[in-house]
Amino acid sequence: MSMSSKSVAAAGLSRRRFLQVGTAAGGGLMLGFQVNGALAQSAAPKKYILNPNAFIAIAQDGKVTFQIPQEEMGQGVYTSLSQLLADELDVDLANVTPLPAPPSDALYASPKSRRQSTGGSTSIRGFYTALRQVGASGRAMMIQAAAQQWGVSPASLRTDAGKVIDDAHGGRTLSYGALAPRAAKLPAPQDVTLKADKDLKYIGKSVKRLDTPDKVNGKAQYGIDMRMEGLKVGVIAAAPVVGGKVAHVDDGKLKAMPGLQLVVLDDLVAVVGPNFWAAKKGMDALAIKWNDGENAKINSDAIWRDLERGTQQKGAVAKEEGDVEKALKGDRFDAAYEMPFLAHAPMEPQNFTVHVKKDGSCELWGGTQVQTATVKAASDALGVAPEKITFHNFMLGGGFGRRLATDMVTKSVRVAQKVDGPVKVIWTREEDIQQDMYRPAYRNAMSASLTKDGKIDGWTHRIAGGSVIAAITGGKPLKDGIDGDAVEGAVNNPYAIANQRIEYVQTEPKALNLGWWRGVGPNNAIFAIESMMDDLAKKANKDPVAFRLAHLGNEPRLKAILQIAAEKSGWGGKLPARTARGVCSQHAFGSYIATVADVEVTEMGKVNIRRVTSIVDAGRTVNPDTIAAQVQGGLLFGMTAALYGTITLKDGRVQQRNFNDYRMMRINETPQIDVQVVASTEDPGGIGEPGCSAGPPSLVNAIFAATGVRIHRLPIDRTLLASRKIA
Amino acid sequence: MVTLQINGQSHTVDAPDDMPLLWALRDIVGLTGTKFGCGIAQCGACTVHLDGKAVRSCLLPVGSIGNRAITTIEAIGDTPNGAKIQKAWLDIEVVQCGYCQSGQIMSATALLNRTPNPDDSDIDAAMAGNICRCGTYVRIRQAIKNAAKSV
Repeated sequence: MSMSSKSVAAAGLSRRRFLQVGTAAGGGLMLGFQVNGALAQSAAPKKYILNPNAFIAIAQDGKVTFQIPQEEMGQGVYTSLSQLLADELDVDLANVTPLPAPPSDALYASPKSRRQSTGGSTSIRGFYTALRQVGASGRAMMIQAAAQQWGVSPASLRTDAGKVIDDAHGGRTLSYGALAPRAAKLPAPQDVTLKADKDLKYIGKSVKRLDTPDKVNGKAQYGIDMRMEGLKVGVIAAAPVVGGKVAHVDDGKLKAMPGLQLVVLDDLVAVVGPNFWAAKKGMDALAIKWNDGENAKINSDAIWRDLERGTQQKGAVAKEEGDVEKALKGDRFDAAYEMPFLAHAPMEPQNFTVHVKKDGSCELWGGTQVQTATVKAASDALGVAPEKITFHNFMLGGGFGRRLATDMVTKSVRVAQKVDGPVKVIWTREEDIQQDMYRPAYRNAMSASLTKDGKIDGWTHRIAGGSVIAAITGGKPLKDGIDGDAVEGAVNNPYAIANQRIEYVQTEPKALNLGWWRGVGPNNAIFAIESMMDDLAKKANKDPVAFRLAHLGNEPRLKAILQIAAEKSGWGGKLPARTARGVCSQHAFGSYIATVADVEVTEMGKVNIRRVTSIVDAGRTVNPDTIAAQVQGGLLFGMTAALYGTITLKDGRVQQRNFNDYRMMRINETPQIDVQVVASTEDPGGIGEPGCSAGPPSLVNAIFAATGVRIHRLPIDRTLLASRKIA
Repeated sequence: MVTLQINGQSHTVDAPDDMPLLWALRDIVGLTGTKFGCGIAQCGACTVHLDGKAVRSCLLPVGSIGNRAITTIEAIGDTPNGAKIQKAWLDIEVVQCGYCQSGQIMSATALLNRTPNPDDSDIDAAMAGNICRCGTYVRIRQAIKNAAKSV
């Protein structure tokens, strides 16, 4: 059985595609594809050709190299994309080396996002069918080459683990390595049949990850590990208030410290030295005065007031169905739920190594989620053509959306322009937290009415917050006033509600730059919806799981896993004193997750998460263990934010500095987490992000069940919990 | 100039006494497996061993170390407990982005060095200083238990 046409269409790949063949160094085969040629090409920079149009390279010694278009940042994409290729190509995964693909939208854009970008939980959704087809084409070419060499029909041949086998002639074999030079001269087949499910060897199996052996012995190289002859290290301090400028730098003490270079730009100061410690000491010796500008008047309270005013206005209507006004005349319930600004704080602080050369060219080394945008950022900063930029990408020490932005590239290049030779610019943790592109704060104003039998009749969800889409498009007005990310999850609320209206009110915070944060818009929408559903269940005097199930008539997949989650978690069963269960059911990034959290709230208001059960339907899977790992980690990422995460402003300055005051969950706070991935033949869903959205709602709903206290704003304010008697 | 005993070899390092060991390892000796995470001993990414015990190298001045044996992630696999921990990590695929894992493995190995059969509270006490943003804690706990049981 080949892939159904539905799957092909859903994976975003046009059937009209262009497979390209080339000859690898050493005479092997290289095979690549272009998706929707016109679209990919029109968006593509002219050319950054390092290793053209290739996903697969087979050397004559049989070694197989896959160029992986997506960035490895812990989500296991080097392995899962290799599984897709290796299975259809029919090579032993142990014989495969995944390498980062060079920057090129023309060659490596995701069929889903149309850019070479690792975000939005799109790697598997975008490449599932495309890379299987590339692999299958490579296999077909190997068979064709062998058929030519032996003078037999291709139909009489089969393959096994990197060999073509001719059973009709005593089982003689030719290795892919031996066939590669001949195969490289063949046209790539334009239509291939993908393996039947029963023949899959790697896809859908929890194979060992290819990137992890070097991550347990210190060998894995991240951007920050870049070393080379003559490399200097820079430490930077950017204006602490957005829009601020350097007023004066007193470098009296620095002058007495040998080997250091001071770089003063319009809005940032850097000290460059022979190593990080020397540069950091130099920075600490400076006295910098800033002209803060207008934003120095802004405090967090003012931003919350703006958001509240935002939700008091009519917003741009993102979705309207039925007669909302009439429905809301019934038994109505109003509530607001708020989410704070958040920093990403990946474990690897921001850094980039840059060498601006005398001939006007520039070489870059670092980790990013956006390879081509990185090249563009450098070329824009230098005012040179993209062809002058060479970029070497590395493993990422965490992405979480932070490395979808390129501010760290721009800043590093601007410093490097003033430095003779290569310089590695490293953000201190304080700089990393205080100069982030923050997850917007949001306020959700919601209203709903219930019918007599406890069904939701009317529903309005108005979201006020800054727009990440506006931020990344340079502040351009939003189409129809709607940020599609900010309302994602709200406009596709899984619950059947006949009368509903979803609105967005763009409310820019001015004093903070905004960016993508793991889980993006759905984090906010799901938190608001799942909090509201819990409040409505209480109002309707229904069990929270039963209340949700009653509204999931149009979502059979979600309904099914919610029932499993209830059963596996012991929903309704007995718990120790002061402990209760909370539920979250969601559909986001193409995947369904149902989660139950068991949470204890102490008399002092301390929140102890005891156990989390998540049932996941991510459609067809590539590596189920990686899916489980992403959901385990995503839950903790979201719960960390719910327990501790907030970025606050005083006089326009971010108040949090490091892990002492921007806290993370630690192992002693981590509950038992049981994740079950259900079997499915539906299209693959995304999984890097949705676990993150499932954490906070299940947590606050458990707190509600344990204490009767509804958390309306994250992070959870424990003083609210300590002041109440435990139910 | 400071002389340090790193992974069984003597290194003379051109560093001022107050330079933290982390930067001497990374920027001068060239051992980049030990990571910079926070610079204030809050995250554990920089964990190395001094005479088999876990220390945070980001705040440890090189001038204070003397002849004590420094072991980094690059050589921890040469020790019995280090090898067990590394294997246990790979067996259940603990690692995601991997950036914190050098520190996690050093802390976990130090735990086994002094407590061969740690219980949950031993693991909490030994590992709570190591932050993982990917959220691999559940598997770290399991891998430590598996390593302790392995021979």
